[in-house]
This record gives sequence, structure tokens and C-alpha cells, in this order.
Amino acid sequence: MVGSATPRVSATVVLSKPALQRVLDNLGNSGFQLIGPTVRDGTLVLAGIGNISELPVGWALEQKPGSSRLLRINSTDYFGCTVGPHSWKRYLFPPQTDLLTAHRNGKGWVFEPSPDDAPPFAFIGVRSCDLHAIAIQDDVFVNGNIRDPHYAHRRERAFIMATNCNTAASTCFCTSMKTGPRVHSGFDLALTELPECFVIEIGSEAGSDVLAGVDWQPASAFDLGRVSQLIQRTERQIQRQLTTSDLPKLLYDTIDHPHWDVIAMRCLSCANCTLVCPTCFCSTVEDHSDLTGSDTKRTRVWDSCFILDFSHLHGGNSRPTIKSRFRQWMTHKLGAWIDQFGRSGCVGCGRCIAWCPMGIDITEELSTLRSLGAR
Amino acid sequence: MSTTVLLDRAATADPMLPYMATVRAIRPEAYGISTFSLEYDDASVPLGFAPGQFNMICLPGFGEVAISICSDPNSPKIMEHTIRYAGSVTRAIGRLRVGDSVGMRGPYGTPWPMQLAEGKDLMIVSGGIGLAPLRPVILEALHRRSSFGRVLVLYGGRTPQDLLYTDEFEKWQNGGIEMYVSVDRADETWKGQVGVIPMAFYRTRLDHRNTLVFSCGPEIMMRFVIYEAMARRIPKEAIYVSMERNMKCAIGFCGHCQLGPVFICKNGPIFRFSQVESFFGREEF
Amino acid sequence: MPANGKPRVAVFKLASCDGCQLQMLNLEDELLDLAGQMEICYFLEARSQVLDGPYDVALVEGSVTTEHDLERVRDIRRKSQTLVTLGACANTGGIQALRNMQDVDEYTRAIYANPAYIHALAQSTPIAAHVTVDFAINGCPISREQLLEVLTSLLIGRSPQLPAHSVCVECKRKGTVCVLVSKGIACLGPVTHAGCGAVCPGFGRGCFACYGPMESANADSLCQGLAARGVPRPEILRLLNGFTGWAEEFRSAAERLERATT
Repeated sequence: MVGSATPRVSATVVLSKPALQRVLDNLGNSGFQLIGPTVRDGTLVLAGIGNISELPVGWALEQKPGSSRLLRINSTDYFGCTVGPHSWKRYLFPPQTDLLTAHRNGKGWVFEPSPDDAPPFAFIGVRSCDLHAIAIQDDVFVNGNIRDPHYAHRRERAFIMATNCNTAASTCFCTSMKTGPRVHSGFDLALTELPECFVIEIGSEAGSDVLAGVDWQPASAFDLGRVSQLIQRTERQIQRQLTTSDLPKLLYDTIDHPHWDVIAMRCLSCANCTLVCPTCFCSTVEDHSDLTGSDTKRTRVWDSCFILDFSHLHGGNSRPTIKSRFRQWMTHKLGAWIDQFGRSGCVGCGRCIAWCPMGIDITEELSTLRSLGAR
Repeated sequence: MSTTVLLDRAATADPMLPYMATVRAIRPEAYGISTFSLEYDDASVPLGFAPGQFNMICLPGFGEVAISICSDPNSPKIMEHTIRYAGSVTRAIGRLRVGDSVGMRGPYGTPWPMQLAEGKDLMIVSGGIGLAPLRPVILEALHRRSSFGRVLVLYGGRTPQDLLYTDEFEKWQNGGIEMYVSVDRADETWKGQVGVIPMAFYRTRLDHRNTLVFSCGPEIMMRFVIYEAMARRIPKEAIYVSMERNMKCAIGFCGHCQLGPVFICKNGPIFRFSQVESFFGREEF
Repeated sequence: MPANGKPRVAVFKLASCDGCQLQMLNLEDELLDLAGQMEICYFLEARSQVLDGPYDVALVEGSVTTEHDLERVRDIRRKSQTLVTLGACANTGGIQALRNMQDVDEYTRAIYANPAYIHALAQSTPIAAHVTVDFAINGCPISREQLLEVLTSLLIGRSPQLPAHSVCVECKRKGTVCVLVSKGIACLGPVTHAGCGAVCPGFGRGCFACYGPMESANADSLCQGLAARGVPRPEILRLLNGFTGWAEEFRSAAERLERATT
């Protein structure tokens, strides 16, 4: 059974740590571009990787409001860093998408869709919060009446190797949002890193296939118990909380609350929170033409409700103040999203807290609004 | 009608890809406002729209803009769009001539609930360019005049020169539509009423149990329209409004047009007032 | 743009270093196309031939520092349909506006052998302080991409897309990791007008706001944030009083910070 055959879907197997390289090789040989966490210029990013040594071995990410620092630690864990500033939306809903070209043809135009030549991606080390974030963006781009072909093209071909969290940051609050730390579904492989091995749950046929030729053993009850213990330990590390029971009503009831003015004193409206958020999906459309105006490229680029132009309407702006823009973001993320898509737009990854230059903390602001009560 | 049209569009490969359309006619309406008649070049583009829906019209290099269809839904081959030259795209459209091309995709959005209005009195209240998305309602009502009770049009503009479709008013009246037209500021040519449009309510008698109100115009105007209608015991479920926000895609992707729990592009632009009441007219929301 | 014939373009310079004009010459791939689409009437950096106005487009670099500059900028405005300012000097007074907070006469006496020949105004001021500006291209120097965007827009008759959001948006789109959050490097990116492509953070440096303040810049809050991170106040003031330090948002934030310090 070991090595030759591939495990069946929903089986759980054990791999030695070096054997993960073989899995990555199989993915690479199948045409996937591997994307995973790696350290570049002293910071954690998501980027193309090929070798397991490029994973952030021996690093930890210390995160708190307005700060995220890489620290050298004595560890051989490949997946010991929590989420960094990048999220997988960079690859599924990239910062810039070419939509179409328009070429002047006499008096008229020829519109042509722009091809997407991105290879299929294999995401290595997707945490549970980010898996939920991908599902939330699916709601926006492919689960509605109209499908976005650009997102769909990348999403449908993506291979997802998820990972259970063996550590949590001070900014994490997935337990409040019921999005982690344990991975439940939506993966091809789900891996748990124990000190000496990986325990891997097979989530799909594709997940099973990439274990071809890899030395694996069925996981024992003891292994599964250690996995559960590890995740429980991570759960206990999570201190930050966000109460969701009175959402979205609380936010609708506090639209006129003076506390928004207090936040606006601090908020820079720099848009960092929305751009690091793995679920924020807003975009704008730009036309770029050549000097004669006969060839135009239409692109979609990341936008943000913090940008003044976002709510520009002829004759004025519907959200001219920082206060109104912060309120829009938070009310949408934690409140209106539930009405729009049936679930919260927040997965508790804590990126907006860590990457806010002012360290504005969405969990704290919500609890302040709640404690001050509706006005 | 609208649902089938939307589903057809959904089936196309790239919902952001416009079709070519040709300007068939341009009719000046007011200063800086003209009505453009547009026809798709490709006869295979599915036709049909419902009153209140809008198209995305583009000029490559300038961008796209959402414009209500203001013509008769019974003749969907050539669609009319009344455009105010307000931004970069609309100003460029304003420079077009008959025979020129634009890109167009649509129709999008929810329609005015014409079926609900059948057998009832229909009160159409609008200001300025807000009459454009209601013109298909009026034209449809003229076609099937007997399907509706009274049809009233309360229409206001800043000055007599700002009023749209004035040369059609007589025809509408002859077709059995009660017209109340007023301007905020009259000039020597103006023989009609003077005053903001919500005041026209004081010159009409309504059957509050049997009237539907459709309103489109500046939000401040609609706020007073709703106030006057509700003061006359018209339930908020019987009041429909057309909302406007910045829009980049019209299909729920770009996020620009959100108003609390709704996307104006896909849940609107036409809303039952009770749907948006909590967020309507909230400052900077 | 004129209905017939090519638009007549002129490039002028006031108190500045020529760097922004150079960016036009640096448009190597597009320069020939550009020259074909417009008639360049006045561009001393590139050619000595001078054609009189009126001009369809005037591109003006530099700040107003002398009476002569002031006369010229009024003359340029009078002759030009569209006036586009180029760069930090033209838009905010530039690095030379550092002297606005000092005694110019004292400087002049200290520096020049014959101070009598120096006729400087008390302040270095942006062009918009004197005449109406149609479009402002920011930066020190300006970016070629934005210059091209403005020229293309003017040629085809649309409003240029010059986003006024923060540099942070550019960092995030590019994937550059925030130097402030990840390394504690003082950075003015969150209050600075985008357009440079986030060059400095891309090389691990903080932004020093050469593009000037962004829309609704909350510089006071950022100053407090930097101070709370332990950046010394003189250092924050030095950052604010840079290439665009005379811009209202930065000047007033610096004044408030100074008042709070003393």
C-alpha cells in the first residue's frame, strides 16, 4: 500500500517532511505554478516557489496592531508563520486584470476579450481563514447570476493545499468568525505539520493524484489525535474576539454614532486594510489608449471604498469624509455583507489590524460601538 | 421580460465585453442634454428591455457609463438614452454624430413593476433628467392605457429650459395622461406652475388604497415626494424609487454602487421604498 | 484641442532643476509619436526654435520665486488654453520653499557676493497660487507614465486619470510589503499622492512625499502614529518639510507638530 498506489479521497495519510518535496515536484510537473509563503527582503510574501526550503523555515511572524515582524526562531516547521500581508486573492483576483482591447476600425470599433495566459496555480499552505476568504470571493464572482470569466478561469484550475494552523498570531480571531483554525472543506490536500511529519487529508481526486510515487502511510488514530491536540492548542492561543450575534443590526443602528468621528481622527484613509483583506473585492475599470486613441486597453484594477473617487458621482461625492468611508468599510465587512451574501465578509485573519499603519483594530472598534450603544 | 433578458446576457462568455452600436439619431433636449438613439450593429444581440433598466455605454479610451433606456420597450431595436454631458465619457458621447459608433452592453437592473400597477392608479413623480427612466413607463402606459387607472405625471425642472420631452407632453395628455409640470424658476415664456415638484401633490387627489408611486430624480426631491405620498397614506410598499450611485461594472463585481445591504446595479436601480428606507437619504452613507 | 491641425504645445520652466522637462525627453519610445501628434512651439530644453503663442497646451515646470517668474506665469496663462503644471516645484513651491520659513535677505547676504543683484520674492510659491491650473502632474520628478497619460488625454479630449489616492495603494497593488508595518521605517506613503509607482518602498525606503499630499490626507494622525512608534519629532518634521513641505496639508501638520513639541 505504501508508495505505489495513491490514497483514496477523504483518507488521511502521513508523510515524512522531505517527502513533501515530491508532492511539490508532482504539482510542478503537472503544469502548476506553485505559490506559497516565502521570505523576501526580510518580509513574508506569497510568491512562486519550487523547493520546500523556500518555505519560511525557522521564521515566525509576530503580529500586533500596526506591526508585523519576522523573527528568527529555533524551529524546523515549514508552515509556522501565520498569514502575511499577501493573500491568495492576488492570484485569483489579481491587482490588475486585462479585460479587453478596443481597436478602431473605420468609424467603429473591434472589441476583443483579453486572454489570460496565467498558468494554473497550486496554492501551498492555505490557512482555514483564507480558504473561507476564497469561498467568500466565489460568492461575489462565480456563485451569482453572472459569472466573472476572469476569476472563474483561475479559480477552477487552482489546486489548494491547505494547512491547519499550528500557531496563532495576536491579531487572529478566526474562532469568533467560525472560520478556523481547523480546515474543514474546500481543499485538494489539507496538511497538518507535526514536529517530525505531515499528516495529510486527501480532499479530492486531484489531491490524491499528486501523491503518486510519494512514500506515504495511512494515518493512525494516534496521529489523528495529535492533529486534534495541535489544533486545540492553536485555538487556545487565540485571544482576540469579535462578537457577531447582533450583526448586522448593531452596525445599521449605529450609523449616526459619534464614535465614527473618533475613528476618523485616526484613520488615514490610505486603503491598506481593504487591500490586505482577503475578501475585499472592489475594483475600478480604466481605459488606457495610445496617443491617437485608436487602440485602447481596458483593465480592472483593485479599488477601495477608502478612495475618494470610489463614490464620486456627477455633482458630488456620496462619501466625502474619512468618517463615511471608514463606516462604509466596516459596516459592509461585518454587517451588510451578511445581507448581501448570507455570511460575514470577515474571516478573522487579522490582516487589517496588523497592516493598518495606525493599528486601528476592527474588533476593538466594534466592541466600542456596542458598549456605547445605538445613538 | 427583464428576467429572460438578464439570463440571456448571463450566458454570454464575457459579461464586460460590449457590443458595437451605431448612433441612429441625436435629439437635443436641453442645455447639455441630448437623447441618443442607439442600435446594435450585430442583429444577433438579444433585444428587449423593461422600463427602468439601463445600458452600459462606452467609448474606448474614455470609459463606460450607466445610462437609463428612455424609449418605448415595445420597440427595443433602437434604444434611446438621454445623456447629460457631465463627465469625461458623457462629454465625449456629446461630441458624436449620427453614424458614429459606441460600445454598449445591457440591459441591466430591476424594472419598474408595471404588472403591479395594472388596474391601479399610477403616479409618476420626477425631476430634471429623472424623467428619462420613467419615459418607458409612460410610453408603455399609453400602449395599454386601459390596463391602468389614472396615470399622473408630476414633473419638475429648475427652469423651463431644463424640462425634457416637452414636445411629447401634448401627445401624452391626449393619450389620457394627467400632466402636472412645474418649474422652480419661471421666465416670461412660462405659463405653467411654479414651485418644487412635491408641491404638485397639493394639486392632485389620490386614492391612497389604489395608487402606486414611481419616482426618480435628485435624492432630496425623492425624499420630499416620499414624505408627501406617505402623508397621504400611501403605504411605503407602494412607493418605488430609482437610485443612482457610481458604477463601474453593472453586474455586481466592482462594489462601487453599494448602499448598505443592496447593490444598486443588480438589486436596483428600482427599489420598493421599504427595501431601502433605512438607508435612504442617510448623510454620506 | 483645435479642430484642425495639431495642438500647439509649449514647455516652460520657472525656478526648478529641469528634471521634469527631462522626463519628457525620456519618453524615448513615444517621443517621435508625440512630436508627430503635436506641434512643439517652445521647448528650450530640446530645441532652440521658438514659436510665439497662443498655445493649446502649456506645460510649466518650477515655482514662482521672483517678480520675473510671476510676470512669466501670468503671460503663459494668458497665452495658453490649457495649463498643466509639472512636478513638486510647480505644484507646491518645491524644495526651494524651505526658505519660506526663513529670512531670505539674510540668506542672500550670507551666500552671494553681490546680494544687490538678487531679486527674490520672500517666498517660493506654487503656480496655482497665482493663476488657474487645469491639470497638475505631481512628483519630483514627474513620472513619464503620468505625463504620457495627460498628453494622451489632452490629445483625445478626455480628463486625465491622475489618481489622488495614497502611495499605499500602489505598494499593495505591486505587492510591495509595507516598510512601516514590517520594519518600522518612517514612511509618508499613507498621506502621499500616488503616481510614482511606489518607488522608494519598493527599495525598502520610506516615502518622503515628493508627490505631495493625497486627497483628504490625514497628516496629523500619521505624525502621531510615527511619534508613537518612536520616530523622533525632528525626524518627522524633516520628513514633512521636504520636497512638498509647503503644501498646505504638510505645512499645517508640521506647524501643529512643532507647537505640540514646544
